[in-house]
Amino acid sequence: MKKDEKTTNIFLSGVGGQGAILASNILGEVFIRAGYDVKKAEVHGMAQRGGDVTTHFRFGKKVYSPIIKYGDVDYLLSFELLEALRYINWVKPDGKIVINTQEILPPSVSLGQMQYPKGVEDTFKKYFKNNVHVINGMGIAKDLGNLQAQNVVLVGAFSNFFPKIKEAYFIDAIKKLLAPKLHDLNIKAFEAGRKAL
Amino acid sequence: MKEIMQGNAAIARGAWEAGVKVAAAYPGTPSSEILKDVADNYPEIYAEWSPNEMVAVQVAAGAALAGARAMASMKHVGMNVASDALMTLAYTGIKGGLMIVVADDPNVHSSQNEQDSRNWARFGKVPMLEPGDAQECYEFTKASFDISEKFDTPVLLRTVTRIAHADSLVQTGKRVESKMPLGLDPKEAPKYVMVPAHVRPRRKAVEERMRKLEAFADKTKLNKMEINSKSVGIIASGSAYMYAKEVFPEYSFLKLGMVWPLPKKMIADFFKQVKKVMIIEELDPFFETEIKAMGYKIFHGKDIIPNMYELSPEIVEQAVKGKAYKAPKVRVKPEDLPRRPPNLCAGCSHRPLFYALKKLGAFVFGDIGCYTLAVAPPISALHTTICMGAGGGMVHGAMKAMGKDALGKMVAVLGDSTFLHSGLAPLMNAGYNKGNSTTIVLDNRITGMTGHQEHAGTGFTVRGELANQVDYAQIGKALGIKNIRYVDPYNIKETMEVVKEEMNRDEASLILCKDSPCMLLRRAKPLERFKNPLYAVNMDKCRGCKMCLEINCPAISWREGAGQTKDGQKRKGTAYINPDQCVGCEVCVQVCKFDAIEPAKK
Repeated sequence: MKKDEKTTNIFLSGVGGQGAILASNILGEVFIRAGYDVKKAEVHGMAQRGGDVTTHFRFGKKVYSPIIKYGDVDYLLSFELLEALRYINWVKPDGKIVINTQEILPPSVSLGQMQYPKGVEDTFKKYFKNNVHVINGMGIAKDLGNLQAQNVVLVGAFSNFFPKIKEAYFIDAIKKLLAPKLHDLNIKAFEAGRKAL
Repeated sequence: MKEIMQGNAAIARGAWEAGVKVAAAYPGTPSSEILKDVADNYPEIYAEWSPNEMVAVQVAAGAALAGARAMASMKHVGMNVASDALMTLAYTGIKGGLMIVVADDPNVHSSQNEQDSRNWARFGKVPMLEPGDAQECYEFTKASFDISEKFDTPVLLRTVTRIAHADSLVQTGKRVESKMPLGLDPKEAPKYVMVPAHVRPRRKAVEERMRKLEAFADKTKLNKMEINSKSVGIIASGSAYMYAKEVFPEYSFLKLGMVWPLPKKMIADFFKQVKKVMIIEELDPFFETEIKAMGYKIFHGKDIIPNMYELSPEIVEQAVKGKAYKAPKVRVKPEDLPRRPPNLCAGCSHRPLFYALKKLGAFVFGDIGCYTLAVAPPISALHTTICMGAGGGMVHGAMKAMGKDALGKMVAVLGDSTFLHSGLAPLMNAGYNKGNSTTIVLDNRITGMTGHQEHAGTGFTVRGELANQVDYAQIGKALGIKNIRYVDPYNIKETMEVVKEEMNRDEASLILCKDSPCMLLRRAKPLERFKNPLYAVNMDKCRGCKMCLEINCPAISWREGAGQTKDGQKRKGTAYINPDQCVGCEVCVQVCKFDAIEPAKK
């Protein structure tokens, strides 16, 4: 198989309400514009009630399976530390990782029955060395004056991994998917994220 | 240009282009988006949320009988409800095209069981198509209506979660209106009145139709043969085809788009073309049983492919390669990490209601909805969940079995949408058969779990138009329930008193939760009923007793750290209320025995 025919696998993980689904929708619009076949799959249903949310995102010349094969993730984009760690085994040995520093406590931790995992970044660095990128998406979004824009900040940071994809595709996607009154904020969030990595 | 679409949206698009005039559904994961998408994007189609799947199929069947193209959509368990209509519609046939979408949920991401709906096609003697991505959802939907009209039959379209909820590219087209004239013909009664004298000739027609459909299956492009390596060939459909194609692109494939009836000649041809045939299918050995019955010997099937949960590329690879499969390295054991199960939202009215039931020690016959989450610890106050409406029937049966001993010990709960779906008949039964059960309707003004769909009790249609609003108390009265009470679930003490009184009463009762809308339902302004927007723990008073943690509110957490209260009571830690999540529902305030939770400012 030629290199450009290979399918690229992106795994997004987070917690319901963090906006991971919008982030994956932006990626969808971007890679279609870049001329790729795209498939993405997510499990809905109970995510709104604080459960974990994952999206399998795949692009390439021709994509068959909507879900990524376990262990075949090229890029892990995680919105939350514990939800990054939960999927560490899915990443290829040379895979790249973007971890957002937000921590959202699951019930067993809130109730004092379990510990929130410590040293998530170090665990990733142990296996993936320089391919681990940590970003404070919440901090950047806070500086922009809207915590909700965290997801687009992360998309901005993540866009650095695809230097051949035009920035304009990302801006177009944001404009297509969000209401006009949110365009300015989210374009700023995208750019701030893009600079942060 | 191609558009990226969810499988469900592609079904809606295909239906619109096929000229569909009427679409009806009851929400159920993973099918709910189909009708919502129709309502939001295609004004040419009349769309409705029906009270249940049976009514949805009846509505669609009526429209089809009048000559229109029509569809009903539902999740797999909805098909159980609708099956009574389907099984006889298979005999009468249709006029305008009729498609019924049934969305399976392998691995039960959000369901009460795992079913393989392909069995309905064989059982009901109707054709079934199964798409493998959004493009096929779109194309197969259009094909369904053509097949339906050509062969005078309802057509089933089966999806699974990974197809319904996966997005991929779709090349769309334009709407083409159906050329069939609208109208009803009384002279056709023998075809549509299924009395025995009419049934017998229709029964024969069903078999003749099945033979014609079998011949069609061998010709249709919905079934595709892809000959590559002749050493191994795989027969698969839908999601299983995608997984197998992903990991074994070098093998030959017989991809079945029409999963019932099977293309016998094509299968024979495939067995001639390849040396060994494997059947890779999700859930039941449906193809395998049929193909073995045709007399073929297969290389592998369910001897290696699991017959439960969902498949995936690695499950297929591992099954086929066996010991040669190299599993990825385990860096962290996921089972050691804290899980993140779904929970009732902060401020949800179900939380205090279930806390009250727990304090009363009631055995709770439950139902399907957000409130099913009350089974989870530490609330642990729900004890059965079977199917829509089951709680009301079961509590009556349990009380009849146990006699007077049962009084004061048990209750049935169900949501507003669930009550209208299947809760009326059990309540009528309690009124009629001298029952003494108590049924609580957790009325939060919306179908919650599936993502806020309207129903006959909300006062709005799927398109947001004002509609009649069912009066639950009047229903109860009409069904013969003499004791109809309201409770404010946020008042735990009062709720406990009312529920206790009704559980002990030797007559059937209906308790309605009032003014308790879903926290996410903005139009009901759920936060306005709360006096203060926020509460906080007073560190001078908190004794660290953890009582407030018993309600499992996502806003409350435990902070370890020895210390003492202002009056010198030693503690190991304190409760903490996250101000970003607290909505001021005051449930924890009522639970705290030391008045340590007090109003705060946002």
